[in-house]
Amino acid sequence: MHMKPIIFSRPTTQVIPLLPGIIAMAGLLLASCQARRSSEAGAINAQEAAQRVYVAPGKYDEFYAFMSGGYSGQVSVYGLPSGRLFKIIPVFSQNPENGYGYSEETKPLLMTSYGFIPWDDAHHPELSQTNGVPDGRWLFINANNTPRVARIDLKTFETVETIEIPNSAGNHSSPFVTENTEYVVAGTRFSVPTPQQDVPIDSYKKNFKGVLSFIKVEPSGDMDLAFQVVMPGFDYDLAHAGKGKSKDWVFFTCYNSEEAHTLLEVNASQKDKDFVAAINWKKAEAYIQQGKYHQMPGTYYDNRFDTSTQTARSFVHQGVKVLIPAECPGLVYLIPAPKSPHGVDVDPSGNYIVANGKLNADLSVFSFDKMQQAIQQKQFDGEVNGIPVLKFDATLAGIVKSGGLGPLHTEFDDKGNAYTTFFISSEVVKWKLGTWQVEDRQPTFYSPGHLMIPGGDSRKPWGKYLVALNKITKDRYLPTGPELCQSAQLFDISGDKMKLLLDFPTVGEPHYAQAIPASILMPQSDKIYSLANNRNPYVTKTEKEARVVRNGRRIDVYMTEIRSHFVPDNIEGIHLGDTVYFHLTNLEQDWDAAHGFAVEGNRDNAELLLMPGQTKTLKWVPQRVGVFPFYCTDFCSALHQEMQGYIRVSAPAEQVALSWSTGKE
Amino acid sequence: MVMKKRLNTLLFLIAAFWFVGCHSSSTSEQQAASTETPSASASKANPLDDKGIGPVQSVQLGPIQSELAKKGEVIFNEKCTACHRIESRYIGPALKGVTKRQAPEWIMNMILNPDVMIQQDPIAKQLVNESNGAVMANLHLSEDDARALLEYLRSIDDSSSSR
Repeated sequence: MHMKPIIFSRPTTQVIPLLPGIIAMAGLLLASCQARRSSEAGAINAQEAAQRVYVAPGKYDEFYAFMSGGYSGQVSVYGLPSGRLFKIIPVFSQNPENGYGYSEETKPLLMTSYGFIPWDDAHHPELSQTNGVPDGRWLFINANNTPRVARIDLKTFETVETIEIPNSAGNHSSPFVTENTEYVVAGTRFSVPTPQQDVPIDSYKKNFKGVLSFIKVEPSGDMDLAFQVVMPGFDYDLAHAGKGKSKDWVFFTCYNSEEAHTLLEVNASQKDKDFVAAINWKKAEAYIQQGKYHQMPGTYYDNRFDTSTQTARSFVHQGVKVLIPAECPGLVYLIPAPKSPHGVDVDPSGNYIVANGKLNADLSVFSFDKMQQAIQQKQFDGEVNGIPVLKFDATLAGIVKSGGLGPLHTEFDDKGNAYTTFFISSEVVKWKLGTWQVEDRQPTFYSPGHLMIPGGDSRKPWGKYLVALNKITKDRYLPTGPELCQSAQLFDISGDKMKLLLDFPTVGEPHYAQAIPASILMPQSDKIYSLANNRNPYVTKTEKEARVVRNGRRIDVYMTEIRSHFVPDNIEGIHLGDTVYFHLTNLEQDWDAAHGFAVEGNRDNAELLLMPGQTKTLKWVPQRVGVFPFYCTDFCSALHQEMQGYIRVSAPAEQVALSWSTGKE
Repeated sequence: MVMKKRLNTLLFLIAAFWFVGCHSSSTSEQQAASTETPSASASKANPLDDKGIGPVQSVQLGPIQSELAKKGEVIFNEKCTACHRIESRYIGPALKGVTKRQAPEWIMNMILNPDVMIQQDPIAKQLVNESNGAVMANLHLSEDDARALLEYLRSIDDSSSSR
């Protein structure tokens, strides 16, 4: 009997002091493993990196980052430096998660001249700017497939406008803004017959044109297609507006100056140089004013979300003003740029224009001052379709001998440095403006496309972090079958050398991204929609106004939601053959008091998610006779599971009167 | 052996103190947000002494102001009827007699600061319990609106008691 406590106590007393030792040893082993792996990965000490990106529970990130969703058609919102995902903003694709593109109020945002399109490929988020600095009003993003530009309101983080671009195809060099967001540009990647017509594909050189569009942004944010410039049939790849001294200009890169229409992989890489097209938009405005434009046919949709009615409306426009460069001297110049340039990036001063020649090892940097001088002195090297080609040497400021392969994009910090991604050699290279010397290089995992520094394409970069947006993920995360997430990598760029801090997965394929200090966006973020200001024609502001109205075969249900019941929650007198519109209003006025709505058997439509004070409409065509439940999908309160109701569907011949109620009253 | 046990106990106590210390410092941070502490226990003290927790410190009551009460009635019908009836329990308690049961400050704080009230005020906590966990929603009314609602509720209790 005496032995037992000893037997039991001995291991116990030994184990307790041992445990911390074991944990410590395991920790050391783990740490050394991690250190070895991360030193391979070019990172700093793992513990130091962890501290730099650690945002404690309940604390906020320093930056909001907006990542394009690529083929998801959406924008994702991340915090930096933590890499935490906050929100998916649906833009060009239906989003069943919150009913975007399924609610009757949002369906018009996906309307085009082709009809309703539920998907697109979103590439380049661009923050609105004031005096060349991101101002936090709006975020623009392009649809690459069916050419469109969208505007997201950064008070609500919701898409409030989509505008279609006629005469364009593959809206890739888009949607970059001028210094005060006077214009958003939208250049076509694919040249097409302009206007569209049925012609042989091999008549490319004769019939195909590349159209560059300028969308005017009103002070309210509303977009209008102002004019288009009809360019030679090249592929217009990327763009950036000038700033400061170059603010009246927009620069577009192009490839396929060979004007090939098949096997571009080979045929568009024949010439030693393609071009950067420099367009003077102030001159363009003057030519439009003088009436030197042509009217070109083209049907396009402009879909606007009215924040007071919480409803989008489609406006259909016909025709667009176009300028022909040969008729408008001084409007466009072409700068020869080596090897199919991809990104074109303007430094914070506005003087240097970097052309990232993607089939090259070197970067060509042009000088705006030299370009102006070359124009004045007419240092031309021939012309293309009446557009003067400037002499390469007369405009060149310097060449960055990088030693890398496949430069794609460049961003800038606030200390006179530039950072370029190299896709083929899988690295980010830091170099100095003016000296053109390489200062540092770090590998990325793997094959970066775009990179992003908060404000890194503006006059005022916040040069603390750099995010490399990698195209290849391979072994960076736990495998998830053949299809992998995409990978972003965060670097600290505050010191002389770039330091890899963090990998984090991204949604869809992020092409470009932009970031802005949280201190700019946070104070202006809306918390609720005001019920008092809700002017949706189907709003139900009080439970007393809740009702069901029949109009022929159409049923309108005016329904309210508040924790934790619907009014009405019992509906009868619906017949097969009716179409039911549930107009839900969330009566809550408290932050994060959301409600959802879903009804069984809703063919073609998803659910609704309603923020406080919002009204949204879900169309439901009953398919069968019976009694069907509906319920709140967003866990709203302790009595959320009780937030449910029934709608009865009768056969057409049944005599069931229309009625509705909640509770026993 | 005894020594080791004592050592272990000591280590445990240190760890416990450390944990409690950390934990209490974080709760005091949370509480720092609300300026007032919950009033005395509901069961013993006079409920009319409980002014609740929120922006309203004291309300001077005079004779019923009928215009203000009318304004309160409009707000009541728009904002409160989703959960409250005058005569009968609905989602929340019947409101008839509430001005006799609760202090005017408590009523206004319950309207204006329900999130904190249902977490910390003993009477409010009890009422949530009686309502099967249905919470009082914060509708972000103004203090003027809350005052008008109070006047409307007073006018009901005044007329019902005088009858």
